[in-house]
Amino acid sequence: MSSQAVGSSSGGSGDGDAPRRNSRKPKYSKFTQQELPACKPILTPKWVISVFLLVGIIFVPIGLVSLMASRKVVEVVDRYDDACVPDNMTDKLAYIQNSTIPKTCTRTLKVPKDMNSPIFVYYQLDNFYQNHRRYVKSRSDTQLRDANKANDTSTCDPEGMINGTAIVPCGLIAWSIFNDTYAFVHNSKTLTVNKSDISWKSDREHKFGSNVFPKNFQKGALIGGKALDPNLPLSKQEDLIVWMRTAALPTFRKLYGRILVDLKQNDTITVTLENNYNTYSFGGKKKLVLSTSTWLGGKNDFLGLAYLTVGALCFFLAFTFTLLYLIKPRKLGDSNYLSWNRSPAGR
Amino acid sequence: MKRFVYINDEYQNDYCDNRISNTKYTLLNFLPKNLWEQFRRFMNQYFLLIACLQLWSLITPVNPASTWGPLIFIFAVSATKEAWDDYNRYISDKQVNEMEIWIVKNGARKHIQAQDIRVGNIVWIRENEEVPCDLVLIGTSEPQGICHVETAALDGEIDLKTRVIPSSCVGLDHEQLHKIKVSTFSKLFFGASFLFTKNCIIPHCLHALTKQGVIECPNPDKDIRRFDANIRLFPPFIDNDICPLTINNTLLQSCYLRNTEWACGVAVYTGNETKLGMSRGVPEPKLTAMDAMIDKLTGAIFLFQIAVVVVLGSAGNIWKDTEARKQWYVKYDDDEPWYQILVIPLRFELLCSIMIPISIKVSLDFVKSLYAKFIEWDEEMYDHETDTPAHAANTAISEDLGQVEYILTDKTGTLTENKMIFRRCCIGGVFYGNESGDALRDVELLNAVANNSPQVIKFLTVMTLCNTVVPIKSPSGAILYKAQSQDEDALVNAASNLHMILVSKTGSNAEFHFNRRVVQYDILDILEFTSDRKRMSIVVLDCQSGKIFLLTKGADETIIPCAYSEQGIKTFVDAVDKYAQLGLRTLCLGWRELESDEYLEWSRSFKEANSALIDREWKVAEVCQKLEHSLEILGVSAIEDRLQAGVPETIEILRQSGINFWMLTGDKQSTAIQIALLCNLISSEPKGQLLHINGRTEDEVARSLERVLLTTRITTSEPKDLAFVVDGWALEIILSHYSEAFTELAVLSKTAICCRVTPSQKAQLVKLLKSCDYRTLAIGDGGNDVRMIQQADIGVGISGREGLQAARAADYSIGKFRFLKRLILVHGRYSYNRTAFLSQYSFYKSLLICFIQILFSFLSGIAGTSLFNSVSLMAYNVFYTSIPVLTAVLDKDLSEKTVMQNPEILLYCQAGRLLNPSTFAGWFGRSLYHAIVVFVITIHAYANEKSEMEELSMVALSGSILLQAFVVTLEMNSFTFVQFLAIWGNFVAFYVINFLISIIPSAGMYTIMFRLCRQPTYWVTLLLISGVGMGPILALKYFRYTYKPSAINILQKAERSRGPMYTLIAGILLLRHIPDSTI
Repeated sequence: MSSQAVGSSSGGSGDGDAPRRNSRKPKYSKFTQQELPACKPILTPKWVISVFLLVGIIFVPIGLVSLMASRKVVEVVDRYDDACVPDNMTDKLAYIQNSTIPKTCTRTLKVPKDMNSPIFVYYQLDNFYQNHRRYVKSRSDTQLRDANKANDTSTCDPEGMINGTAIVPCGLIAWSIFNDTYAFVHNSKTLTVNKSDISWKSDREHKFGSNVFPKNFQKGALIGGKALDPNLPLSKQEDLIVWMRTAALPTFRKLYGRILVDLKQNDTITVTLENNYNTYSFGGKKKLVLSTSTWLGGKNDFLGLAYLTVGALCFFLAFTFTLLYLIKPRKLGDSNYLSWNRSPAGR
Repeated sequence: MKRFVYINDEYQNDYCDNRISNTKYTLLNFLPKNLWEQFRRFMNQYFLLIACLQLWSLITPVNPASTWGPLIFIFAVSATKEAWDDYNRYISDKQVNEMEIWIVKNGARKHIQAQDIRVGNIVWIRENEEVPCDLVLIGTSEPQGICHVETAALDGEIDLKTRVIPSSCVGLDHEQLHKIKVSTFSKLFFGASFLFTKNCIIPHCLHALTKQGVIECPNPDKDIRRFDANIRLFPPFIDNDICPLTINNTLLQSCYLRNTEWACGVAVYTGNETKLGMSRGVPEPKLTAMDAMIDKLTGAIFLFQIAVVVVLGSAGNIWKDTEARKQWYVKYDDDEPWYQILVIPLRFELLCSIMIPISIKVSLDFVKSLYAKFIEWDEEMYDHETDTPAHAANTAISEDLGQVEYILTDKTGTLTENKMIFRRCCIGGVFYGNESGDALRDVELLNAVANNSPQVIKFLTVMTLCNTVVPIKSPSGAILYKAQSQDEDALVNAASNLHMILVSKTGSNAEFHFNRRVVQYDILDILEFTSDRKRMSIVVLDCQSGKIFLLTKGADETIIPCAYSEQGIKTFVDAVDKYAQLGLRTLCLGWRELESDEYLEWSRSFKEANSALIDREWKVAEVCQKLEHSLEILGVSAIEDRLQAGVPETIEILRQSGINFWMLTGDKQSTAIQIALLCNLISSEPKGQLLHINGRTEDEVARSLERVLLTTRITTSEPKDLAFVVDGWALEIILSHYSEAFTELAVLSKTAICCRVTPSQKAQLVKLLKSCDYRTLAIGDGGNDVRMIQQADIGVGISGREGLQAARAADYSIGKFRFLKRLILVHGRYSYNRTAFLSQYSFYKSLLICFIQILFSFLSGIAGTSLFNSVSLMAYNVFYTSIPVLTAVLDKDLSEKTVMQNPEILLYCQAGRLLNPSTFAGWFGRSLYHAIVVFVITIHAYANEKSEMEELSMVALSGSILLQAFVVTLEMNSFTFVQFLAIWGNFVAFYVINFLISIIPSAGMYTIMFRLCRQPTYWVTLLLISGVGMGPILALKYFRYTYKPSAINILQKAERSRGPMYTLIAGILLLRHIPDSTI
């Protein structure tokens, strides 16, 4: 059948014989044609099994090392909130709120293993919500940093002002600063607790001003915690700086100081502590912690155990998949698995 | 309502000026109007509410900037885009408005800006100039009073159209011309330039028209095919009858004057009141099935969010009253204002507000416009022949392409080339062209022509004259035909090959050469073609014999009944059937000699009908019918319209992919069936079965439908290709009375052929399928497909020979039908897959961070503390997580080749298997799992002395970022360097950004990132998070992939391993295609 067109020229779209000056043909590039070279990995048994094996091989040693590091840490934990309340006081809250009752309390700690210096002294609070929305926001960073911004207390409610003048440092966090104190005696010799350099250097240098001094602090009807030396600039008030690094979890430890003396196994340490801080109203616990440290930090078995578990599971999965692969091998891309090839009638 | 336009009298015409304004905004109202538009979206209202709530410092967990920032950014982006578009519109408007044009006033031509034209002005246009407003033509340079215009900007048709001046003006100008030609005044006045002399005659004559005429026309409307008006010239003009005006007497705004030296006309509609201005309008935005699903999921998440807020809010209030009051350091007041009870729920609302990702809209808009670009850039969808690349007018609905279930296609020009070639004819019972298949080479016919066989000459005369073809002499002397209809073009060309050459044609006469004789006819009336009449006629006066003839051509069923009673019509009916079975388009040609009395009487009523302002079309049709009877049927012409290349393969592949095809055509049943067979739409007997629904009366149709429905119900279980055929007549009855039964049939039957259907029926069928919740795609090429294209979920236009009308109305326009398979299987499918991933991932990452916040609230006294700081939260949503996933636009699960070889895979998109509530539940679960992993590991690894707020939050954030990078990696199917860069570069950028923030002393995060990166614990924790987070997901995915693979997985494996199956399937498909190519 001949299809020769009769000499016609219908329309202006032309029949493409004449060379076109401006072709509207799209410009070719690998991107526009979606032809960029691509790597297309698929989940082959070999690949997946080796990934799991590899993960297992990496995780188990890490787990072991972490667990060893954690186990190397020597830790002495002493809960004293209950123990320091005299036996005759049944109402603990009344006890802690009564300032006339002496709060001094003596505890004896036994060193379970040799502890090498530095030994970190922490206080641990349980059930204490430093992350509470109302609490965590109640501070003024500008005021802490800059002596001229002392009146910048708008964010500090309800501890912003007292009698119309600004409190420095303002806010609930500063107001509720921890005020138990510890004194250690070892072999009837006082163990000095080095309290310098317990806060972050960056905080001392940039967050807390060296010319900002406490003002009107703890002058309200309710006294929250420790009073601050009004003659010491905030950058030197390291307990405050540590306290103001709010904890994200309701159980937390904060650094109290360091003991720069090695302790031997079975040494006993006598701690004389001032039990001032009120955790009794909300049933919080107070603990004194002495701990050494490793590359992984303090005692924490979690990472080691988690790594070992995951590593073991990976080996298990690798093993299972290998077994499945051997028992029920699947041919790669078998057309019989395509639904439309299985039932000719279509769907 | 009418308007009266007094010619050249702008004081009586109080209408708007010709200033065109397409702009949506002005400088003053831009901000309020744009904001109002943007805030009409629910999502934006939601985000605004959240942002406003955040201004209340008591409840906001984060800095309000974390929401305001992105919100303002997103608003600014869309506002800028709008402003830019509007500015461009303003500039182009300004160009048009300030275009210099001539008007004729007080006998002189004046140069004014287009925007200053008033209704009633006489506008003077030269060749190749654009018409500045709607004009009624009153004078042209051509002595016959015609001019040619190109209406491409208006209706997209590229052929030239002839416009004529109203009959009353014809006489007028000729007379005036003579008078003015001798007037020395004009020569003195304008004669300085010889060239101008001729040009200035008409303006001067028109000066006389001052207050001398009135045009009565309807109020502005947007119908570019109708202009039912009258013109009346006042004395002293001789012919001061009312003279009807039609669209043929107008020059519409935006058309171009071609092949005519000059033309002038009276402005009747100006500015935004022109036909073009009125038809401008913003089409309703189409919503894809996917958008609807995403909206639904967003709604579900919103409800979930409310539930979380209510539960946690109440729990928080209870905890506050029981526990928090004992926490002396929190210092709750004993008596609080009443609204305190709302504070905690509202805090949670804000904390959870990020569940609905603010970035999803921007991301989706971005990728969607890229999908559209990929379509336009695609070289394989570029048509070399017509130099047309594919075009996506609607950038927002590419995903829908992948979900198409029904394709409704036009036949002519869509499946076929619409390149008409005259193949055969039957003249007076003699068949020509049967042996060779080409009548033009049939010796018998050539002999008959040479011998002046009267029947053949009559036949050729009708072929030559009864049309609207315009012959144009090119400078080289060759004659080119400009035709609006391809059929007419074929007929005139065929006639010229048979030595009857149309050489000139004007409004009132035609001249052709036949066997070296010049024959002239006066054209008295044209009875135009309409789709209802399905025929056209022309009344001509033979200049030699003075006889008047009616020449008619049209569809067989409208011509054959008009035959005079004695004529045997059987041969013609047979011929029509025979040709139709060959897939040829047939036209019947007839003629009749008219008595002059009969003609004169009829002519009067025709003129009357033509000047009717109301129902003109109907009245004209009625009058036409009075003349078109007792015809002598001369013969039947058969025109071949070949199938476009690749049509059968395309239909085969698309049907294989589960798409049902309906063919809707205006052509007759037998031709339609023939074409359907040729292009694989239906299969012949043993394999397929074709059911006819026919009948003339309601009862017959009902019975027929019942029968077909019964057969269809029975045979659905058999592997047989069922199809039904219905014609326009039966369809009309069915749609108005039996639409329920028909709907059932439509659902059962995968293929249908509807012939003899009108444009509105096409649209009705689309609507019917849409009402059954099917995704429909309508494809067509001509003006008669526009309604169907606009009605369908996706409209595809073929930028073909019938003009660009369909392509303009469509969402996508392609050059050839065969590109449809690529449009659907490649672009539609990829778009669907990519959006499915991107949208679900957007929710996943938002939910992930939100779940961590919720988990943290259980450890912070259910008080609504945010674990993350404002900067991190904002950056998490805007940068860290949205950029890597954008590279999903490059993801390809299967190669294009594999998809083409296994089109069945489209089912996954069609059935929405990649984005539905159950896949979404998977992502939801994954985000919950990941949140738990990140949170639990973080709080245990960073317990006791390490539990510092800022550090812990950064550990959790790093963990989330790491996990999301792994998730994107795992879910991506193919990696180009772009993906690699985006995913892991983003991870690096996360550290860079955080290091940068960590060196700002005043930032809350000062030194944090440096501290963390020095801690071995940090890295060990991150490694643990990624191991625990991804291990089970990888294992699960592998297990599914290997033991419960989806078809996509199987093909992926086949494709990538290039295993035996790949070649097997390719082989099968190759074999399957061989018969097609031999047809």
